Amino acid sequence: MRPLWFLLQKEFRQIFRDKGFIGRLFIAPAIQLILLPMAANFTIKNINIAIVDHDHSTVSQELADKIKSSGYFKLTGYTDFNSKADKLIENDKADIVLEIPDGFAQDLIKEGSKKVAIEVNAINGVKASVGFGYLSGIMTDYNNQIRMEMVEPTPLPAQPDIEVVPSFWYNPTLTYYIFMVPAILVSLVTGIAGLSAAFNIVKEKEIGTIEQINVTPIKKWQFILGKLLPFVVMGAVVFSFGLLIAFVGYGIAPIGNLITMYTFLLVFLFAILGFGLLISTYTETQQQANSLMFLFMMVFNMMSGLYTPIDSMPQWAKIITHLFPVSYFIDVMRMVVIKGSGFADIRFHILYVFIIGLVLNTWAILNYRKTT
Amino acid sequence: MKQLLSFVKKEFYQVFRDPKTLVMLFGLPVVQIVLFGFALTNELKNANIAVVDNAKDQASQQIINKIAGSEFFNIQKVLTSSSEIDAAFKEGKIKLAVVFPVNFYNDLMHTNKASIQVIADASDPNTATQLTNYINTIVSDYQSQLSPNSSVPYTIIPEVRMLYNPDLKGAPNFVPGVMAMVLLLVCVMMTSVSIVREKELGTMEILLVSPVKPLMVIVAKAIPYLILSWINLAAILLLSVYALDLPIKGSLFLLVAESTLLIITALSLGLYISTVTKSQQAAMFASMLGMMLPTMLLSGYMFPIENMPVVLQVLSNIVPAKWYYIIVKDVMLKGLGFSAIWKETLILMGMTAFFIVVALRNFKIRLE
Repeated sequence: MRPLWFLLQKEFRQIFRDKGFIGRLFIAPAIQLILLPMAANFTIKNINIAIVDHDHSTVSQELADKIKSSGYFKLTGYTDFNSKADKLIENDKADIVLEIPDGFAQDLIKEGSKKVAIEVNAINGVKASVGFGYLSGIMTDYNNQIRMEMVEPTPLPAQPDIEVVPSFWYNPTLTYYIFMVPAILVSLVTGIAGLSAAFNIVKEKEIGTIEQINVTPIKKWQFILGKLLPFVVMGAVVFSFGLLIAFVGYGIAPIGNLITMYTFLLVFLFAILGFGLLISTYTETQQQANSLMFLFMMVFNMMSGLYTPIDSMPQWAKIITHLFPVSYFIDVMRMVVIKGSGFADIRFHILYVFIIGLVLNTWAILNYRKTT
Repeated sequence: MKQLLSFVKKEFYQVFRDPKTLVMLFGLPVVQIVLFGFALTNELKNANIAVVDNAKDQASQQIINKIAGSEFFNIQKVLTSSSEIDAAFKEGKIKLAVVFPVNFYNDLMHTNKASIQVIADASDPNTATQLTNYINTIVSDYQSQLSPNSSVPYTIIPEVRMLYNPDLKGAPNFVPGVMAMVLLLVCVMMTSVSIVREKELGTMEILLVSPVKPLMVIVAKAIPYLILSWINLAAILLLSVYALDLPIKGSLFLLVAESTLLIITALSLGLYISTVTKSQQAAMFASMLGMMLPTMLLSGYMFPIENMPVVLQVLSNIVPAKWYYIIVKDVMLKGLGFSAIWKETLILMGMTAFFIVVALRNFKIRLE
C-alpha cells in the first residue's frame, strides 16, 4: 500500500502547485453554468413577421393587430408591395410574410371563405413550423371571433366540445433553464474530470517522467488507482461547486436526496475517469489525447440527451448512447433534481454505469504497459 | 522561399506522421454530419404515456384508441388512479398522462361539454408542450368526427409556402453550423496547440535560431492546417450534397472563398492564443473557452439568438462563426450573390486583421 500512498502525495502536490490549473478548474464551470442556460433556450418567440396588406380593410387591419399583440411576433414590415416582402425574407429581416389579398374582407363575406398566402423561411425547420403554428392559431382565433360577430348567437354550444385541460408538473412555468442546468453540470464534470485524467498520464509520457514511475516497485493497479483518486476528489469538488452556482444563480435546489446524487456521482466518476485513463494508455502526446477526447466528448454531449431527446433517436443511435455513461448521469440528475426521484428509481442506472466503469478500468489496467 | 518550403514540409511530416490526430481531424466532420443528419432531431415519436380512464365508456375508449394509433404515442401504462402518476413520472417511464373523468360520454352527449385532463412531466418543457399539443390535435380531430356535417361560414384559409426547406428537415440549419465548428476547431485549436507544443518541449528554441525569419516559422505552421481545412470543407460539402441531399444553390467559388476567409480568421486567432499561453493544456483550454463554446452557443445554429438576453445578443456580434453562418446560409441555401453578404465579409476581414495585428505584437522571438 505504501507506493500508492506516495503516488497520491505526489499527485496532489502537483495539482495544488499548478495555480493556473486550479483557476481553470473553477472558471470553466462558472462561465459555462452562467452562459449556457441563458443561451440554450429553445422557447421560440420574437418571430419577425412582415404583413403585405393589399386589402386595407378593417378586417385585415384587425388581423394585423391581433398578430402584433399576441406576444410571439415582432412586426418588421407593413406594406402593400409583394417585391418588398420577398426581399425581407431574403435579408433575414422577416421570418414569416403574411399576404392578405385584395378584396379579402368582401370575399370572405360573399363567398364564405378566402385564402391568404403565408411564406415562411424554413431553413430552421423547427422554428418555421412553430412560428406557422402560432400564426395559424391566431388566425383561427380571429376567425372564430368574426364568426361570432357575424352569425346569430345560440344559447348552448351547437356541437360537442371537449376541453383539454393541461397541467405541467415539476416545472409549471415551463422554464427552460430548470431543465438545462442539471444536465450542463454533468457535461462539465465529464469534461473536466475526463480530460484531466487523460492528460495527466499522457503528459508524463510526453515529458518522459513516466519512466521514473515505471522503474519503481509500484503495481499497475496501484498506479491506476493513484492516478484516479485525485480526480475523483476533483470531480466531486467541481460538482459541488456547480450545485452551489445552480442554487445561488438560478435558485435550483435539488428536490431529491443529496446522498442519492453523490452516490451516483462516485459511480459515474469511476466510469468516466476509467475512460480518460483508457484514452491515455492509447495515446502518446497531449495533442493526440486532446483530439481523441474532443471527438468523444462531442459525441457524448450531442447524443446524451443534453439538447435533443434520446427518445426521438433511431434505434442504432440509442444503442450507442446507452454504451456511454454520460446519458445515464444526465437522466439521473434531471430525475433527482427536478422530480425528486429516489434511490429505487435510479438503481438500474447505477448498475449499468458501474458495469461500464468496471469494463473501462479493467481495460485500462490491462492496456497500461510499464515497459515501452 | 526555399527555407519556407522546407519548414512547411517539416510541419506536414509532423501532421501526417501522427495518425491518431489525423483520424480525429477527418473523423470529426463525418461524425458530426452523421449525427446531425441521422441521429439528432427534436421531432418526437413514440413517446411513452399512461392513461387513467375513470369513465370507461364509448367516447373515452375511442379517444384512447386514437391516441394509441398515432405515431406520436405509445401507451406504456394503464393506471387505475391519478395518485399513481407521480410515482410513474419519478421512475422516468412515462412523459405524459391522460385522465378521463367519470361520466365523460354522458356529459359530452347531454351538455355538449366535457373535459380531459392532460398531465405532462414538464421537467423537459419542450417535450411537455409538444406532447400536449399532439393530444390537443387528436382530441379536436375526434371532435370534428362527432359532428361531420356542420359547415362553417367565413373561413380564412391559410396557404403556406415553406421557403428554402419545404420538408422542414434539420440539415439546412445545421450544415452551415457544422462547417463553422469544424473549420474553427481544426484551425484554432490545432494551430495554437502545435505552436505551444514546441515551446513546451523546448524545440521552439531550435526553430528560432534557424536562418528562417520567425514570422515564416509561424506561417509554415499554419499552412498544413489551411490545407487540412480545405479537405475537410470538401468532405462536408460532398457529404451534405450526396448523403443529405442538400444542394449548393449559390456559387461554389464564392462559398469556398468565404470559407477560406474564415479559415484565415481562425488561424490568426489560433496564432494569437499561442502567443499568450505557455502550456498545451492552457492553449486547449483557451481555444475551448474562446472558440468552441461561443461558436456552439452564439452563432445561432443551435440556439436562436433572438431569444437570448440582450447582453448575449450583443456579445454574439464578436463571434466570427455568427457572420460565417449567415454567409453560408445566404450563399448555399438561398443562392444569393456577393452583394448580399459584403457586410458580413467585411466584418470577418476586420476581425482577421485585428487578430493578426495583436498576435504579431505579442509574438516574442526571444526566449523568456
